[in-house]
Amino acid sequence: MEFLQFFISGLSLGSIYAIIALGYTMVYGIAKMLNFAHGDVIMVGGYLLFTISTTMGLPVWIGITGAVVGCTALGVVIERFAYRPLRGATSLAVLITAIGVSYLLQNLALLIFGAAPKSFTSIVTMPAMTFANGALTVTGESIVTIAICIVIMIVLTLFVNKTKPGRAMHAVSEDRGAAQLMGVNVNGTIALTFAIGSALAAIAGALLCSAYPTLTPYTGAMPGIKTFVAAVFGGIGSIPGAMVGGLLLGLIESLSKAYISSEMADAIVFLVLIVVLVVKPTGIFGKKISEKV
Amino acid sequence: MKQGSRLSTMKKSTKANGITYLMLLVAFAVVQIFTATGSMTNLIKGLLVPACIYIIMAVSLNLTVGILGELSLGHAGFMCVGAFASSFFSVCMRDVITSEWVRFPIAIIIGGVVAALFGFVVGIPVLRLRGDYLAIVTLAFGEIVKNLMNVLYIGKDDSGFHFSLKSAADLGMEPDGKVIVKGALGITGTPRDSSFIVAFILVVITIFVVLNVINSRQGRAIMSIRDNRIAAESIGINITKYKLMAFVVSAFFAGIAGVLYSHNISTLTATTNNFGYNMSIMVLVYVVLGGIGNIRGSIIAAVILTVLPELLREFSDYRMLVYSLVLIFMMLFSSSPAMVNFREKLSLKTKRSKGKKAKEAV
Amino acid sequence: MALLEVKDLSIQFGGLKAVDSFYLKIEKNQLYGLIGPNGAGKTTVFNLLTGVYKPTGGEARLDGKIISGKKTADVNKMGVARTFQNIRLFNNLTVLDNVKTGLHNQTRYSLATSILKLPGYFKKEAEMDKRAMELLEVFELHNEADTLACNLPYGKQRKLEIARALATNPKLLLLDEPAAGMNPNETQELMDTIRFIRDKFDMTILLIEHDMRLVSGICEEITVLNFGQVLASGETSEVLKNPEVITAYLGE
Repeated sequence: MEFLQFFISGLSLGSIYAIIALGYTMVYGIAKMLNFAHGDVIMVGGYLLFTISTTMGLPVWIGITGAVVGCTALGVVIERFAYRPLRGATSLAVLITAIGVSYLLQNLALLIFGAAPKSFTSIVTMPAMTFANGALTVTGESIVTIAICIVIMIVLTLFVNKTKPGRAMHAVSEDRGAAQLMGVNVNGTIALTFAIGSALAAIAGALLCSAYPTLTPYTGAMPGIKTFVAAVFGGIGSIPGAMVGGLLLGLIESLSKAYISSEMADAIVFLVLIVVLVVKPTGIFGKKISEKV
Repeated sequence: MKQGSRLSTMKKSTKANGITYLMLLVAFAVVQIFTATGSMTNLIKGLLVPACIYIIMAVSLNLTVGILGELSLGHAGFMCVGAFASSFFSVCMRDVITSEWVRFPIAIIIGGVVAALFGFVVGIPVLRLRGDYLAIVTLAFGEIVKNLMNVLYIGKDDSGFHFSLKSAADLGMEPDGKVIVKGALGITGTPRDSSFIVAFILVVITIFVVLNVINSRQGRAIMSIRDNRIAAESIGINITKYKLMAFVVSAFFAGIAGVLYSHNISTLTATTNNFGYNMSIMVLVYVVLGGIGNIRGSIIAAVILTVLPELLREFSDYRMLVYSLVLIFMMLFSSSPAMVNFREKLSLKTKRSKGKKAKEAV
Repeated sequence: MALLEVKDLSIQFGGLKAVDSFYLKIEKNQLYGLIGPNGAGKTTVFNLLTGVYKPTGGEARLDGKIISGKKTADVNKMGVARTFQNIRLFNNLTVLDNVKTGLHNQTRYSLATSILKLPGYFKKEAEMDKRAMELLEVFELHNEADTLACNLPYGKQRKLEIARALATNPKLLLLDEPAAGMNPNETQELMDTIRFIRDKFDMTILLIEHDMRLVSGICEEITVLNFGQVLASGETSEVLKNPEVITAYLGE
């Protein structure tokens, strides 16, 4: 029963990771860049929700809408002004820029909100459920998180496979030049991908801060890096891969906290990343890409 | 003609290196003069060793990022390893080797070698990866090292050393045993052996070694891998060997920077700010701002960015904000295809107008 | 014994047989052409010979020693050097350093020698400079020794790539479309250079080329590849008269 408890909390954490990893993987698949600032968009989402709902006292749904809209706009702006001018530059240049954007967001938040952690009120009003005469408690946050994750997964898969913009994403990811020649609006598609990824990050931010109710300018940094691990784990660029990778990562973290050492949980997560990449550099669902000679 | 052009190649790199050494010499002289005349404030005095540490970090990271062309985000991890290994040695040997002129050099070598060994062990699997993957895995490595140092306990009693990853009590030592590495509390009582003179000598050694490697057969092999891996293989260059060579040398000097760091403070702990990826990224900022692959640039950037923020204390809230903006604009300016084109056109124009002027003069 | 002997060399990508039972025999000092329509598998053969791909069947021997399946760097050390269809230079190194990098395994000194700048460093570097300048003079690139490779005009980049390959002191030189993108004058000049290399360095050369004037002008023998298989091989003028070869090129 104890194991089940940890398993469910791992699944819930993993669902949050999965939602963030989806954003990572879509951006990587289409723009071919590692958006280091993705984690910090989560933090921005958290602060937007906090400002609207807690500071201004508006209803939660307005807060969530505000966070999603705000992050979407932020994602598009970042892409337009920091990443688009670098299209065609080396991946080193793009990655360093992304690191710069990440620092910029963190330090803006630090200036505006200060370093002191904000205590976040959970957006989930659903009470915890107990099973097996109280031996197993599942929090409302866990249930909502897992449910939202499943919905997002289904909607996103349908969107990417069944709609015209979704197919455009496929095309751009496969061959940017050819997609452009076939009349696909490449810039628009990439911007759309950033918009979707950032909207997902806002949702993840709301869920993350509900489950772990302290918010600081660095809240997003660690989950951001860990979810990159998740995306790589599943095979970067693959949507089901991000999902599976996120869930696995949550489980590994939760179970190693429970059974090995809570201080070493992060080290174990990163060790898993190194092992996965060394054994199978393309991840579980990844495609093999080799350079043409 | 043939002789002339060959001489000029030799001259170019020798001259550039000469300027770098001269710059160091002048900096050293200035510091000595200010110290002798007593016009050195305590604030600046306290910054001398850190500035040297950052120079060593930036120059050694530039070997990986600029010369080998692989982005490492785990450089602070090697610094951490060097700091802890050497501090452990110095604390243990404090009473055995009393002369710091014997103990400190040994500590420096231990810190460098242990970091280099880590570089070797980490490098073998990691260097098979490319680009973004390599960056993120080195970041993961740095975090693992920092994390492990926070849970590592080492004690010493009559029966020898005891290790634990749980707690001091778990070491199971005799009552007279002494805990040396105390998990998140780190190592206390490292002798403060770091001084500006030693730090400066280490800076010179680092630069000397890195510049000499760059201007050698091995350096060309490393740069050829950066420029075109497939072509490098096709002319018989052992990719793994030379990647590893650059990575290990880079880790060695990061370890030495760690030794200077740990012997400059009384309590050594591994936190997000000193050995986390924040530090790795900070050093990366120095490298990028100084110019990727430009050793002299790294030195200047490290010094300016260590000293300037301290002098502008009142703006310290904005420091990181400005850093991040500078980082973004530097990259946009130096790497965006539009800017590169623009600059090429500009340089063509100036060349042409120069040519015209030359003709007119005739 | 032939310098290069290839038997049954094959590689399969998934279900596709990109090269199937390829065979070839090149004598020392020969100038040999490998031709065929686009996508016939010519570059794949080069990649198999230089260890970029591991064959799924067959073998290639240089001077009797197996080179197929070995690592690219090792194949080069055994005596095979190549150029690439899309030029691959070390763009941020000077022209001179590009060639000196080619000399990497010819003139050696240790890392300790480099770090401490021992006398050996200066002696060996001077040796390398001399050797590299000699090679650059062959290709009339000696006046651009200090130029960055990326700043050379296209034709000179191709020449530099050949110079770099020759610096590794190979027994066999593989040229992948050396005349691509050249005008007739440049091609003529290139033909002279290739002949000159063969004679001066006593070199054996295998080249892929689409320019039939170049092929019939300098290659003594050729092999025609079509859909990954050898369609014909033998003396150049004979093979080019072969009706099957003409059909493969021009269609029915």
